[in-house]
Amino acid sequence: MKPPPFTYHDPRTIPEVLDLLAAKDNARLLSGGQSLMPMLNMRYVLPDDVIDLNRVEGLSGIAAANGSLEIAGMTRQRDIEFSDVVSARCPIMTEAILQVGHRQTRNRGTLGGSLAHLDPSAELPAVAMALDATIHVESKRGKRDIAMADFPAGYMTPSIELDEMVTGATFPLWEDGHGYAFIEFARRHGDFAIVSAGALMTTDGTGKVNRISITVSGVGPSPLRCTEAEEMILDQTPELELFREAAETARAFDALEDIHAPSSYRQHLAAVLSRRALEKAQTRLGGSNG
Amino acid sequence: MADRRRVSVTINGDTYEREVETRLLLSDFIRHECELTGTHVGCEHGVCGACTILLDGITARSCLMLAVQADGHELLTIEGIAPNEEELHPLQQAFMDNHGLQCGYCTPGMLTTLLEFLRDNPNPTEKEVRVAISGNLCRCTGYQGIVDAALDAAGRLRGEAEA
Repeated sequence: MKPPPFTYHDPRTIPEVLDLLAAKDNARLLSGGQSLMPMLNMRYVLPDDVIDLNRVEGLSGIAAANGSLEIAGMTRQRDIEFSDVVSARCPIMTEAILQVGHRQTRNRGTLGGSLAHLDPSAELPAVAMALDATIHVESKRGKRDIAMADFPAGYMTPSIELDEMVTGATFPLWEDGHGYAFIEFARRHGDFAIVSAGALMTTDGTGKVNRISITVSGVGPSPLRCTEAEEMILDQTPELELFREAAETARAFDALEDIHAPSSYRQHLAAVLSRRALEKAQTRLGGSNG
Repeated sequence: MADRRRVSVTINGDTYEREVETRLLLSDFIRHECELTGTHVGCEHGVCGACTILLDGITARSCLMLAVQADGHELLTIEGIAPNEEELHPLQQAFMDNHGLQCGYCTPGMLTTLLEFLRDNPNPTEKEVRVAISGNLCRCTGYQGIVDAALDAAGRLRGEAEA
C-alpha cells in the first residue's frame, strides 16, 4: 500500500505542464489526489512520471458570465461547495457536491480531476452531463473544447489524448426559478453511489414543461441522459403519473454489474431515483434558487 | 535511482527538514521521518479517515498526499491539539468524559475531523455530527460515545456549562 517509484514534477505554469505531458509517454497528472493517490497506493497505476498540478498558477476559480458558470480545473470541490454563486445560480451542483465523498476528500478533490477520472458513479461528471457542459482541454498542440456528451470514450476513459490536460469546464446556467434535484443511493453516506439521478426542469406560463434534463449515473460506464423520458415529459403538464411512466424508461439501459450491485438492481434504481429526482425538481419550480 | 527531494514542513509549530523519496506518503513522513506516531494509518487508500490531519487549517487525508506536496505548508496533527503538556483540549476532555475512546485507533482522525467541523459549525445537530464523522470509520462501532463527545465538546467550546 505504498506508491511505486516514479519521477515527481511540480511545474508552476500551464506551459511547463504541457511540455512535460508532451515529453513523457507514461505520465499521470496529480490534481486533488483523491482518486489517483489510492490507485498509486494500490499500484493500479504505475506511471514513470507524476506531474503535480497543485503548484500551477491560474488553474482554479469560479466565475459566472454570459449565462454560464466557468470553473477552472484545479478548483477544489470544497470551493464549489461553499461558492455563493454556485448555490445561487446552479443549485444542482451544490446539491450534488454535498454527496461527493466527505469533508476531508472535498477539501482536496478537484473538478478537473473528477472529470478526467470519469468514475461511472461520480457526481460531477453527472452534473456536467445534466447541464450539457463543455470541457476545455489543452496541449502543446493547442486548445479545444469537447461537449460533455462526447467526452466519455468508455469506462473511466475520457476522449482526450495523452498529451492533453483538462483545464476547466463551462456549465450553461438554467433560468431563475428552474426546478432541480440531485439524489443518489449509496450504502453509507459518502460512499461511491450505486446509482444517482439528476433532474432539471422549467415550465411555461401555462404550466407545461418547456425544458427538461434527466441524467442517471452509476448505470452505464459514463453518465447517461434519459432522452426518451425527457421527450415524454416535454410539453406536458408535470404530474406524478407522467414522471412514473417516463422514469420507467431508465430501466431499459444496459447496466453495469459488479460486487456492489447486479445490473437489474441498478436498472431498478435508475427508474426509482429518476422519478424521485423529477418529483423533487417539480416541488422546487419557481423557487428563489436558479 | 530513487527520486528524492529536500522538504521542509511545519508540524504543530516545529519545522522538520528531511530529504525523502518523492513517492513517500505524507502519513509515513509524519510517522517515520518526524516520529509523530499519533497520526494513525488504517486503510492507506483514503477510506478510513484515521490519518486525517489539518493542512493549512483544513482537513486532509495524509495517506492521499505525498510528503513533497506538504513542502512549505503547515500541518496540525493530534499531538498539536492540546494547549500544553498538562491540559487537554476541550474536545479531548469531552472524548474522555463521554467514552468516545474505545480502542483509540480512529481517535486521532476523529479529533482532527471534529476540530475543523466544530470550528466551522459551533452549534451542530446530532445529525450534522454524524455526517461530519461519516468519513471516519470506528471498527469498535463506538459511534454513540463519539457523537456524545462531539456534542458535549461543542457546548464546552461555546463556553456553556459542562453537562
